[in-house]
Amino acid sequence: MSDHNNQAVARYRNDFLKEVEEHVEEGEWVKMCMQCGVCAGSCPLGAHWEHTPQKLFMMIRAGKREEVLRSDAMWMCTSCYNCVVRCPRHLPITHIMHGLASYAHRLGLAPKNQPTREFAKIFWDNLVNKGRVNELKLTLALYFKDGLVQGIKNALAMQSIGLGMVKAKRLNPMEIFGGHGLRDLKGFQAIVAKAREIEDKKKGYTN
Amino acid sequence: MAKKEYAFYPGCSSQLKASASNYLTSVNSMCKTLDVKLTEIPDWNCCGASIGYAEGGELPRVAINARNFALAETHLPGQDIVATCAACWLGARESKERLDNNSVLMRDTNEALAAAGLHYKAEVNIRHMVEVLIEDFGFDELKKPVKKSLEGVKFAGYVGCQTNRPFGIDGESFENPKYLDKLVETLGGEAVDSYDQKVTCCGGALAFSEPEKSQKQIRDIVESAYDHGAEMIVTPCPLCQANVEVYQSEINKKQGTKFNMPVLYYSQLMAVAYGGSMKDAGLDGQLIRAEKLNAITQK
Repeated sequence: MSDHNNQAVARYRNDFLKEVEEHVEEGEWVKMCMQCGVCAGSCPLGAHWEHTPQKLFMMIRAGKREEVLRSDAMWMCTSCYNCVVRCPRHLPITHIMHGLASYAHRLGLAPKNQPTREFAKIFWDNLVNKGRVNELKLTLALYFKDGLVQGIKNALAMQSIGLGMVKAKRLNPMEIFGGHGLRDLKGFQAIVAKAREIEDKKKGYTN
Repeated sequence: MAKKEYAFYPGCSSQLKASASNYLTSVNSMCKTLDVKLTEIPDWNCCGASIGYAEGGELPRVAINARNFALAETHLPGQDIVATCAACWLGARESKERLDNNSVLMRDTNEALAAAGLHYKAEVNIRHMVEVLIEDFGFDELKKPVKKSLEGVKFAGYVGCQTNRPFGIDGESFENPKYLDKLVETLGGEAVDSYDQKVTCCGGALAFSEPEKSQKQIRDIVESAYDHGAEMIVTPCPLCQANVEVYQSEINKKQGTKFNMPVLYYSQLMAVAYGGSMKDAGLDGQLIRAEKLNAITQK
C-alpha cells in the first residue's frame, strides 16, 4: 500500500484538503467545519480521542497529513451519530471519521495493532466469507488475533459469558463448522468483488 | 389474508442460535397477534453494519445493501422492507438515501449487482419495525390486543443510538425520544421517564475492540436505571440489548458492582402483554432473567 501513499503524496503535495475531498468518503464536507467543538463535546468516547473531530478538520486544512492519517483518533468512533445530529452545519461527521480511518487503513498508515482497525477487518472478512456474520468465528478471531496463548487467555476470561449464551440458545458452538450462509454465495461475492474493483479504479488504488 | 404484509429483513443476529434469536421469537409472536405477515427477503445478506467501513469502503457496502433491495423488489414487489435490527435498518436506509440521490453511485452499484444478475430499481422503502408499529398501527391499535397488563413493572426505556440517530422515528427528538415510554404505558407498565441515559451509546462494536471504554458506557446505562428506580431496561436494538445485558457480569467482576438488571426488547414486552408464554416472548433467552415478566406469563 505504500505505493499508493507515495503516489498520493506526489500528486497532492501540500494540498491535503484536496486529497481528503477526492479520496475520503464525504471528505468534501471538511471545509464546512466552523470549529465550534460540539462534536468533541458530544462524543461518548471523547476523552479518548488523541485529536477530536474538529481538531482533525483543522489539521486537514493545515496540511498535517501524517499526523491525521497516523492518528488513533478516528478509530474511537462508535458510530453513535451524536455529532452528526448536533452539528450546527450538519456535517456527516461519523462518515468522515469512517472515511478517514478507512483511507488511512488502505494507505497502510493507520496505527498497527489498533484494536478497532483489526476488529473492523475481521468483521468484513467474516461477512464476505458467508454473506452473513458468523458470531462464533467473529468472537474467536478477535480473541486469537494476538496468538494462541493470548487467545486461550481471552477465551477463558470470557468463558462464563460464552456458556451463558450457549445455554440461552444465543450462541451455537456448531457454527465453527460452517453456520448460516447464502444460497447464492458466489453471486454475493461477485458483487463485492466488482464493487471493490470499480471503487479501487476510481480512487487510483489499482496499479 | 393478513392485515399487513412486509418484506422482512431479520439480520444476522436474529438467526437461529445467534445473539438476538430471542428478539426474532418475540417479534414473530407479536406479529401473529397483530396479524402481520413477515416474509423474509429470500437469501438476504448482511448489511455490513457500521464497523464494516474500514475494510469495506463505500461502494461494496452500498452494493451489498442494494442486493437485498433488488431481491425484495423482485420477489416481494410492492412490500416495504422492514428491519428489526437497528444497524440493518440504518445501513439499508443510509445506502438507499445515497443511491437515490447520486446517479453515479447508482450506476456503479447496478454495475456491481449485474455480476449476480440483479438490478435495483429504487422502488422499495426501508423501515424499522418500530415505525411499522407506531405509523401503521398506532398506540391505540397496539393496546387493543393487550390481555395481561404489565402493571407494577418499572421500565427504563433505553433507545440507544442507531434507532434514534441520524434518522430516528418521525416526530421524535434525538435527545429525548418518547416512543418507548409510550409503548410501555400502552402495555400497562410504568415508564421511568426520569431515566437520563436513554440515548447514551453502549459502545457498539467497540464493546469487542475497546472493552474497557465501552464498559464504562454500559455501567452508566445500567447504574442510571437503578438510580431512577427501574426494574428492567427495554430497548429496540439487538446490539444495545446484548452489550448492556451480557457485560454486567464482567463489570461486577472488575468493579465490584452488583448489577443484575434484565434487558429486554420492546417486542418481548408486547408478546407477554398479548398473552404469550415465556417461550413465545423469548424470555428463556435472557442471561439475566426477567422474573417479574416470567410471573406475568404464568398468570
